[in-house]
Amino acid sequence: MIGRTVRFLDQRSGTAPLIRKTLRYLFPDHWSFLLGEVALYAFVILVGTGIYLTFFFEPSTAKTVYHGVYGPLHGVEMTRAYRSAIDMSFKVKAGLLMRQTHHWAADVFVAAIVLHMLRIFFTGAFRKPRDLTYYIGLTMLLLALLEGYVGYSMIDDLLSGMGLAIGYSVALSFPFIGAELAQLIWGAPFPGDPQFWSRMYIGHVLLFPLAIAALLGLHLFLVAARHHTQFRRKRESEWKVVGVPTFPGQTPRSLGLFFSVASVLFLLGGLVQINPVWLWGPYDVSNGTNGAQPDWYLGWLIGALRLVPDFDVTIGSYTLIPNPFWGGALFPLAVFAILYLWPSLERRFTGDQAFHNLLDRPRDAPVRTALGAALFTWVFVVFLAGASDRVFILLGISYDWQIWIYRVLVFVAPAVAFLATKRVCEELKAGELVERRRKQAEAPA
Amino acid sequence: MKRWLTAGLMLLLGRRKRTLPAPEDERIVPPGGADLRAENAVILLLLAAAVCAAGFIAAYALGSIPNRTQFLGLALGLSFAFLAVACLVVARRLVVTEELEEEYSPVEHLEEQAAIQEIVTESGSRFTRKRLVKVAAGTAGGALGAALIAPAVSLGPILDTSAFYTTPWRRGRRLVDQGGNPFSAEEIFEKLFYTAFPEGAEREDLGAPIVVVRMEPAQLRLPSERSGWAPEGILAFSKICTHAGCAISLYRAPLFPPAGPKAALVCPCHYSTFDPATGGDVIFGPAGRPLPQLPLTVDENGHLRAAGNFSGPVGPSWWGVRRKDARS
Repeated sequence: MIGRTVRFLDQRSGTAPLIRKTLRYLFPDHWSFLLGEVALYAFVILVGTGIYLTFFFEPSTAKTVYHGVYGPLHGVEMTRAYRSAIDMSFKVKAGLLMRQTHHWAADVFVAAIVLHMLRIFFTGAFRKPRDLTYYIGLTMLLLALLEGYVGYSMIDDLLSGMGLAIGYSVALSFPFIGAELAQLIWGAPFPGDPQFWSRMYIGHVLLFPLAIAALLGLHLFLVAARHHTQFRRKRESEWKVVGVPTFPGQTPRSLGLFFSVASVLFLLGGLVQINPVWLWGPYDVSNGTNGAQPDWYLGWLIGALRLVPDFDVTIGSYTLIPNPFWGGALFPLAVFAILYLWPSLERRFTGDQAFHNLLDRPRDAPVRTALGAALFTWVFVVFLAGASDRVFILLGISYDWQIWIYRVLVFVAPAVAFLATKRVCEELKAGELVERRRKQAEAPA
Repeated sequence: MKRWLTAGLMLLLGRRKRTLPAPEDERIVPPGGADLRAENAVILLLLAAAVCAAGFIAAYALGSIPNRTQFLGLALGLSFAFLAVACLVVARRLVVTEELEEEYSPVEHLEEQAAIQEIVTESGSRFTRKRLVKVAAGTAGGALGAALIAPAVSLGPILDTSAFYTTPWRRGRRLVDQGGNPFSAEEIFEKLFYTAFPEGAEREDLGAPIVVVRMEPAQLRLPSERSGWAPEGILAFSKICTHAGCAISLYRAPLFPPAGPKAALVCPCHYSTFDPATGGDVIFGPAGRPLPQLPLTVDENGHLRAAGNFSGPVGPSWWGVRRKDARS
C-alpha cells in the first residue's frame, strides 16, 4: 500500500528524492522553537473559523430595525453588519463558537508572534543568514495587527466604532498627507462612505490574509532552506545541525502541538466569552462608553495616545502636526523601525559580518539583551498606561496621577531596564568564568 | 453472535503478524522495542477523540439544548485534546527519537553566482547604449506604474478638505433630542448633560451631535467675543472630541465623584478633558485644540436654537485644520 502510493506519486511528479529529504529534514530541539509553530497553527484555525464566519456576515451599512431573538435590542436601529454579527451569534448553530474561537485565535496568534519575535531577538537568531526571514516575520506581525483591527472593526458595534474613529483620527493626523490619507481610506469624512465597509471586508477576508499567507510561505521556505538555528550543547557547531528528523520523530510532536492549539482555542471559544457585541449596542457617532479597551495587541497604541500631553504642533494658527500622530503613528512606526533596523545596526556596531547558525544565550550579548530589554520595557510601560482607566476603576488611584507617573516612567524605566539587564548578563558571564576556571584547576588534581 | 464478538475483539485488540523487518544494520530508522501499554493508551485516546467528535455532532444536531455553545466548545476542544495527547504518547513512547546530525547547507555558491552574473551580462552584449536603454526602461516602468496606481485616487476626494469644515448647524436651527423633540431652555438643568442634534439634518455627520450643559452664569469665563453665546448660562459644544473623534460622553460635574475641582467634559477614549466654563479649553489629556462651542439663543417659545456655527472646525484635527472656520 505504502509502496504503491509512493510509486504513484514519484512516477507522476518525480519528487521521491525531495520527499525522502523532507522526511529526514532535521529539527533542533528546544521548547522556545515551538512559539512560531503556535502562531502558524493559530493562523490555520483563524482561516478555518474565518471562512465559516464569511458565510453569515453582511458587510453592509444599510440600516435595519432589529426584531431578532435577543430581547434587549428589540426595535433598535442598526446596520446590517452589526445585525448579522448578532444573528450569527444567536441564530446560527455553532456560530457563536466559531466567532469566539476566531477572536481568541486572533489574540493568541499575535501573542505567539510577539513571543516568537522576543525569542528570535534575544537569542540573536536574526543574524545573517536569517535577517531576511526576520524582516518577513516582522512584516507579518504588522499585517496581523492591521488584520485584527479591521476584523473587529467591521462588526459596527459601539466599541469597534470608537476604535474606527480613533484609527481615522490617527490617519488624519499625518503631516501633509493626513486629510488625503483618511479620505482615501474612508472615502469621505468620518464615518465614511458605505463603500468603506466593502474595503474593510475585502481587506480582512482576502487581501491581508493572502499577504500573510504568502509571507508565511516565504518565511517557512527560508527557514527550511537555511535550516533551523540551534543552541550549543554537545555536538552542535556552526556547521553541523543536530536534531530530530521530520519523520518519525518530529511529526507526532508537531501534530500534537497543532491539536493542542486547536483544543485550547475551541475550549476558550466555547467556554470563555469574548467580545459579546450584543452588549455593546450599535455604533453611532454621538455615542461613547467609558472603560472601553481594545484587544490586547492594540493596548500599546491606546496607551501612547493617552500619554501624550495636550499640544498640536502649530505655526501661528497653522496646524502642522495634530496630536494623535505622536502616539498613534510615530510611536508604533518608531518601534517597528528600530526592530527592522536592528540586524544592520548590530552588524555595523559589532563589525560582525559572519554567518551564525548557533544561537546566543541572552547573556552572551549583554548590550543587545540590555537594549532589547529597554525597548520592550518602553513598549510595556506604554501598554500599561493604556490600562490606567481600569486601574482607576479597580483600585481608585487617580487617573491623572497615573498618567503623570507613566509620563516619567516612559523615560526612566527603559534606562533602568538597560542598566539592570546589562549588569545581570555580565554577572552571569563572570560567574560562569569563575566556575570554568575552578573546574580547570580541579581537573588535574 | 459469539463468532462476531470474537472477530470484533480480535480486530480491536489483536496484533498483526509482524512483517519481517530488515536486518538491523540496514535499517534507516533504528529499531525500538514494543510498548503495549502506550499502544493501548493511544488506541483509547483516539477512540475518546472520536467519542467527543460524535458528541459535537450530537450537541449540534439536538433540537434545543441550553448552553449549546459551551457543549460544542467542550466537545470539540476535548476531541482535539485527546488527539494531542495521543500524538504526544506516540512521539514519546512509540517512535524512535533519533538525534541525527548533518551539515548546514553551504554558505554560498560562488560558481553559481558567477555563472548567473555571466548569463545576465553576456545576454546584454548586443546593446551598445546600455545606460540609455536602462533610463528608457526605467521611465516606461515608472510611468506605467504610476498609470496603474492612478485609479486609486477614485477611492476618495483628494486635495479637498472642504467637507471637514462643513457642519449641519446654522443660525436659527433648533436643537432636538434623539426622538426629534425640541429642547426648551427650561428643560436644561445644572449638573446634567444633554445630547442634542440639529433639527432635520443627518445625525451621522461628525458635525451634528452636540452636548448641552447649564452652568451658573457667574461662573462662566468665556472669551469676550463669545458674549451672548450662552443664554441663561446654557452652553453647547461639539460632542466629538478634537483629539481622536470619539463622542464626549462623560460630564464630570462637581456633583459626581471623582470630583474634579470644576465641571469638565471628558472623552472616554483617551480622557481629554475640556472646561465648559472657559469655552471648551483643554485642561487635561491629549487633545491639542479646544472643543468647538456652538452659540445658542432661546426663541420666543423658549426653545433652544443655534445662533451661528461652531467656534472652530469640528472633530479630529488634520494638517491645516485651523486655517478656516466651521461653516454650514
